[in-house]
Amino acid sequence: MDVIDYYKVLGLQANASPDDIKKAYRKLARKLHPDVNPNDKAAQVKFQAINEANEVLSDPEKRKKYDKYGKDWQHAEAFEKAGATNTQNNSGQQFYDGADGEDFSSFFSSMFGGSAGKRQSQFRGQDYNATLKLSLREAAETHQQTMTVNSKNIRITIPAGAEDGQVIKLKGYGSPGSNGGPAGDLYITFTIAQDAQFKRLGNDLYVTTDIDLYTAVLGGEILQATLTGQVKMKVQSETQNGTKIRLKGKGFPVYKQEAVFGDLFVTYQVKIPTNLSSKQKELFTELSQLSS
Amino acid sequence: MQQADLIVITEFCRHYNIEFTFVYALKQHGLIDIVIIEGTGFIYADQLQYLEKLVRLHYHLDINIEGIETITHLLERITTMQHQISGLQCRLDLYE
Repeated sequence: MDVIDYYKVLGLQANASPDDIKKAYRKLARKLHPDVNPNDKAAQVKFQAINEANEVLSDPEKRKKYDKYGKDWQHAEAFEKAGATNTQNNSGQQFYDGADGEDFSSFFSSMFGGSAGKRQSQFRGQDYNATLKLSLREAAETHQQTMTVNSKNIRITIPAGAEDGQVIKLKGYGSPGSNGGPAGDLYITFTIAQDAQFKRLGNDLYVTTDIDLYTAVLGGEILQATLTGQVKMKVQSETQNGTKIRLKGKGFPVYKQEAVFGDLFVTYQVKIPTNLSSKQKELFTELSQLSS
Repeated sequence: MQQADLIVITEFCRHYNIEFTFVYALKQHGLIDIVIIEGTGFIYADQLQYLEKLVRLHYHLDINIEGIETITHLLERITTMQHQISGLQCRLDLYE
C-alpha cells in the first residue's frame, strides 16, 4: 500500500499547528464536500483523502505516532502490538489503519453525523450515483439487469422507454447512515447509446431508407425495418428525395405506459442508378428530351 | 384534498442536535418552507433530505446562511445546465 503524506494532502508543512490543520482541512472540505460536488467522483475521492489526513493529524496521539514513524508507522504499530504487555495503553490500537478503511468509514460518517466527542445525532447515509449504459434496443424493452454498486449486486427492472440521462432512485441502496440513521439512496442515471440505424428524439424514432429511382418514380412496395421487425410499406409514385413518412405507433415505447408507442419517421433517400448501360443512357436521354 | 407529511421542527432539531433558530433562519432566507399549525412549526417531510444537506453545510463546513444560499443557487443552476446539455447533446446526436 502506498504511504500517504497526510501533510501534503492538506497542503501543510510537518510543523503545522493544530489550528493550521483545522483551517486547511476546513478550506479543502468546503471545496471538496460531496454536497457541493454532486456526481463528482474525483472530488469524493479527494474528500476521503483529506478526511483520512485530518483523522490522523487532528488527533495529537495519532499525529505523534505518524510523525515518529513516518512512512513506517503502520509497521511500527504492528511491532508495538506484538510486543505489547497487558498493561498497554489502548489508544495506540485505535490508530487508523488505512488498509481496512473501517476507521476511515466511521470518520467519514462522522462528517455527516458528528464525531463521538461532538455530536451524536443521527444522519442519513450518503447517496450513491451510478451510471447504467444501455443500447437503444435494450432501452426499448422492459428487462431486468444486475449491476454492481460498491461491491454489491443489485438487480433492477428497467421499464421500456427509459430516456438518455434519466435518473431513477433506489431508496436505501446508498451508504449506510451514521449513528443508526437511515441509509442513503442510489441514483442510477441511464446512458442510452445511439443506434446505428435509428435516431431517437423523445418517443419518436427517425430512420433514413434508401429507395431506388424507379420505385421513387413509378411507386411500389418496400420492406421497412422497425425496432420490432419489418413492415411492408407502399411508396407513392413520384416520391421526391427526402420525403418523410410517419408510421404511427412504430416508434419508441413510452416510459411506464403499456402498449403506447411514439412514431417512426422514415426519410426516403432516392438512390440514383450508376454504371448505366448504353441502352439505359439512351432511354434517359429520351426521357430528358420528352421532359424539356 | 392533497395531504403532506410534516415533521415538528423542535423534534427535528432535537434529533440532529441543532438550534431551531438555524431552521428559522433558513426559512427567512427562503431556503425552506415552514408550516405553522396551532403555534407549532413544521417542515415538510419531502424537504428532509435537502434540509439535512443544509445542516451539513452549516455545521460541518462552517458555511453561514448567506453562503448556503449562494451555494444552493449555484448548484441549482449547475443541475439545470447539466439537463440542458444532456438534452442538447441528445438533439445534436440526431444531426451527427
